[in-house]
Amino acid sequence: MDNEITALTTIFTEFYYWLTVMIMFLIHIGFCTYEVGTSRHKNMMHTLMKNTMLIPLVTVTFFYFGWWIYFAYPNGPGINALFGGDGSIVSAPWAEPWGTLMGPTMNDPDGWARINGVFWAAFLLFSWTAASIVSGSVIERIRSSAFWICAVLIGSVFWIIDASWGWHADGWMVRQLGYHDAYASGVIHAIAGGFALGILIVLGPRIGKFRPDGTARDIPPSDPWKQVIGLFLIYTGFWGFYVACNVPIWDVQSGDGVFFSATNIYLAPTTLSAITVNFLMSLSGGLLMGYMCSRGDAFWTYSGGLAGIIAASAGNDLYHPIQALLIGAAGVWIMYKMHYWVERTFKIDDAVGAVAVHGYAGFFGVVIAGFVLWGYPSSPDPSFAAVTPWGQFIGALIMFGLLGFLPGWVTALILQGFGVLRIPKEIEIQGLDFATIEDNEQLEKDLAKAERAEA
Amino acid sequence: MTTAGFENWAGNVSEIGPMYPFVGSEVLLLIIGVVTWIGWHIWQSSNETRTYEEEKKRGKR
Repeated sequence: MDNEITALTTIFTEFYYWLTVMIMFLIHIGFCTYEVGTSRHKNMMHTLMKNTMLIPLVTVTFFYFGWWIYFAYPNGPGINALFGGDGSIVSAPWAEPWGTLMGPTMNDPDGWARINGVFWAAFLLFSWTAASIVSGSVIERIRSSAFWICAVLIGSVFWIIDASWGWHADGWMVRQLGYHDAYASGVIHAIAGGFALGILIVLGPRIGKFRPDGTARDIPPSDPWKQVIGLFLIYTGFWGFYVACNVPIWDVQSGDGVFFSATNIYLAPTTLSAITVNFLMSLSGGLLMGYMCSRGDAFWTYSGGLAGIIAASAGNDLYHPIQALLIGAAGVWIMYKMHYWVERTFKIDDAVGAVAVHGYAGFFGVVIAGFVLWGYPSSPDPSFAAVTPWGQFIGALIMFGLLGFLPGWVTALILQGFGVLRIPKEIEIQGLDFATIEDNEQLEKDLAKAERAEA
Repeated sequence: MTTAGFENWAGNVSEIGPMYPFVGSEVLLLIIGVVTWIGWHIWQSSNETRTYEEEKKRGKR
């Protein structure tokens, strides 16, 4: 900070991430709104609080251990050694929760003092997103206590392990598989969708979701307008997500000379312009296809928009805009068909289609990038593997299956084993807010009586 | 096999022009884009007509 240019760049970078955090708050207003809109009237407040309380829980646990995991585990640990590389846990003193750099620090020789907090916060908002994705699919029957344990696991453990492996400039998946996932199709969306699916299989459907003959009933939302506005807010917050996935300014020239550019998380060049156009085009592809698939149903059209962005996210740093449009559309067609096929075939009740919008679209997004970006360098380091269809496919399986579905399923089984996964049947039928609704009705009667007495 | 117009990020980054895959296919992509746009309008209009006809057959509510 002892010259103006360095100070300006540092403070600009600090401000850049701070702004993305503020914009990403809209994602969470959106999730709360759309989950409350989806739930029935009798469950609205519990649904709101279930999603709300993941915020402080993921925040504190991300401080206590999540942030450290990101920097410590890019080698596995141990996995990179299987390929002949270094498999050790990486030292990350700036991320140790007892370290001085996790508190306000004026200066330090490695430059973390200024950036650590805002970078931690940007990743934290991604952590909240991973947990919120799961939150919607399990509404109206999961115990809040069980969900909050799941939220900590997906938000502060499993997604951040996957980020360390595949969303880190030195991650072993990037180095050895050429894994490319610039805006987190797999790293956030597929893993959260997989985790949700693992829980849903154990949790079971809402009472009344399936008729005796096995066909599914649509459970009407309490407020379709809230569902749609919620999704629209998520789109808005997603801008912050995209921008936070980039590094704003970096010297990308290897060798002689300098060339400053924005980069993706792997420190390979991209531009803010590129991702702005691709975000909009993949959103549009998703909206158009979502409208077609659902014949203009508002919820599925808006969900399609989101899934379109997710389907193109893995390669949106590099795609041509019309490629992003077509990939967004293709991803939505697949996820829509998969949602209803899985629901019919396996009797999975996903209240908001999160497994489809995030899980299947995210999986597709990672895989399609392997074909469209085949041969691209995954890193500025030329010794890293290039992007390939097989590298991406293995990556998608790791994200959705190994780090997503498997932990979700095992956690749900353990919670079910202790009898603490699902709310009692009687509570589910009368509604999670039953006591509150009853109390409020009594209060209103008392108030009316008091008003008449005083009149 | 590569869809990229460049081999790696090493060397002089300023000499890398378009970064997207299949450079040279821009006109084809544009044609596909325009066709899908117009095709969507055609599909949507006929679907809308079909929906109105079905609603009319169900009678007044």
